[in-house]
Amino acid sequence: MHDPAPVADGPVISMIGTRAMLFEAPGDFTLGRQRRIWALMEEAGARSDVAELIPGVTNLMLVFSTPPEEPRILADWLRHAWETLPERHIAGRLFEIGVQYGGALGEDLAHVADHAGLSPAEVIALHHAGEYTVCALGSAPGFGYLHGLDPRIATPRKAVPSLKMLAGTVTIGGMQAGISALTGPNGWNSIGFAEVALFDPLREPPALFAIGDRIRFYPESIEL
Amino acid sequence: MITILESPALNTVQDLGRPGYRQLGVGTSGAMDPLALEIGNILLGNASGAAGIEVQTYPFVLRFESACSFAVTGIEAALDLDGCAVLPWAAVHAAAGQVLTVSPPRQGARGYVCVSGGVDVPVVLGSRSTQLRGGFGGLSGRPLEAGDRLAVAGGPALSGYGAVPPSVVLRRPCDGGDGVVVLRAIPATDFHLFTEASRARFWDTEWQITPQSDRVGYRLKGEALGLERPVELRSYGIVPGIVQVPPAGTPIVQLADANTAGGYPRIAAVIEADLWRLAQARIGRRVRFRPCDHDEGVAAMRPIAAYLDDLRMMVGLYGASARRRAPRAAGAK
Repeated sequence: MHDPAPVADGPVISMIGTRAMLFEAPGDFTLGRQRRIWALMEEAGARSDVAELIPGVTNLMLVFSTPPEEPRILADWLRHAWETLPERHIAGRLFEIGVQYGGALGEDLAHVADHAGLSPAEVIALHHAGEYTVCALGSAPGFGYLHGLDPRIATPRKAVPSLKMLAGTVTIGGMQAGISALTGPNGWNSIGFAEVALFDPLREPPALFAIGDRIRFYPESIEL
Repeated sequence: MITILESPALNTVQDLGRPGYRQLGVGTSGAMDPLALEIGNILLGNASGAAGIEVQTYPFVLRFESACSFAVTGIEAALDLDGCAVLPWAAVHAAAGQVLTVSPPRQGARGYVCVSGGVDVPVVLGSRSTQLRGGFGGLSGRPLEAGDRLAVAGGPALSGYGAVPPSVVLRRPCDGGDGVVVLRAIPATDFHLFTEASRARFWDTEWQITPQSDRVGYRLKGEALGLERPVELRSYGIVPGIVQVPPAGTPIVQLADANTAGGYPRIAAVIEADLWRLAQARIGRRVRFRPCDHDEGVAAMRPIAAYLDDLRMMVGLYGASARRRAPRAAGAK
């Protein structure tokens, strides 16, 4: 099932294979829209046919325990829920995270500054001025997609990814901010480093962050 | 207990995967060919979620430190047990101290060494599967190496019978002699954003499996596909089988160790019923996608379920008759 001509300004709902349905909200990446995704997540999680939910950035994937017979019925249910549910506000916890800005572990700081037409110091100031919200966890274990980046320092992902970016690297990918969860290849721009362990499978809960948590960065050191 | 004597690279402990943690960013992992693992477990009377060893590089050599039953599934390959040839897709008895050598396969890519009771490693987040990226699950979250020891949960079970491989039982008319693996795929979210020529080419091309293919995904080679206009997508959930097209234009089929989220345009998804065929296709093989709709994708699981049901019934009957023939010896603990 798949909408060949989605309604303008309406959500796009599509099947990925026979057991996964992707709901994509229309419009910009705003916290309000993400809160509606969280509301949809809670509502869909109560369904007995849903085995797993993967919230994304203004989207939600539903993985069913068995393939639905009539995907269209589920799509209608989702559309109705999206239109009627209020935003879900999650109080979340506040994390204050110290960042070692710049230097070898934040090697893309100059590139971000160039792209923004600002000085590296201004980029750093804008980065730790705001409060960020964990919109979704994904990609790697415990990685949080953060909303709240000042649009002035939004920077597209790199054409050539870094081959071995350290876990804990503070990054910018488009309008999204993050802290890398694993050491490995990464296409986001690194601007600094934070000493946090985002995931431990033997900890309960295993992920440090949960959706709705808020993050404030502060400069621990600055190396320009 | 078994001891690994030789394991070239990237051979890991896997079960049917770790569902339920994708919202924390943890992919499912699990056997690339879950059907082969299930067959091994049925042959040994194991629970269907029992863990086995997924072998991707050969020769793979291990020693049984205590008597147990085992089955090697997924591949057609020469198997040697202390100088005696044994068959794949069969339950075989091994005495303590015997050495099993799995040679490079004649057919298939991933072999599953299943043992009675399953490989007993700690359950992490609900599964024994190795999560290579996260570095947990399986044996200390890493591939097996010579010298590693793995606990076997069971003792000797019934042996001396086998299964007809799924490549024979589930053979389709399209599985011709041309060596092209046909994968049924359902058009996905962004299919209509590709140019008309690209959409046609997606189905018509014999894509070649590149060496940059592994448990994370298969990267395919062929003439690049293009979008009508560039799109910038927000990160969305990934499931095994999804076919993404990065800016370079050649498709990637995401598989068991895929990230839980991604951002490339989605052209299609290989149906679940055909993922084992892809898992058994080696680097250099050619694959072709064949369009399929939701109903056909759902129906395609039925022959697989029927095959497994038949096998369970056969193993059950064999077990019952063995117990009648030798009431004291059979089912020895």
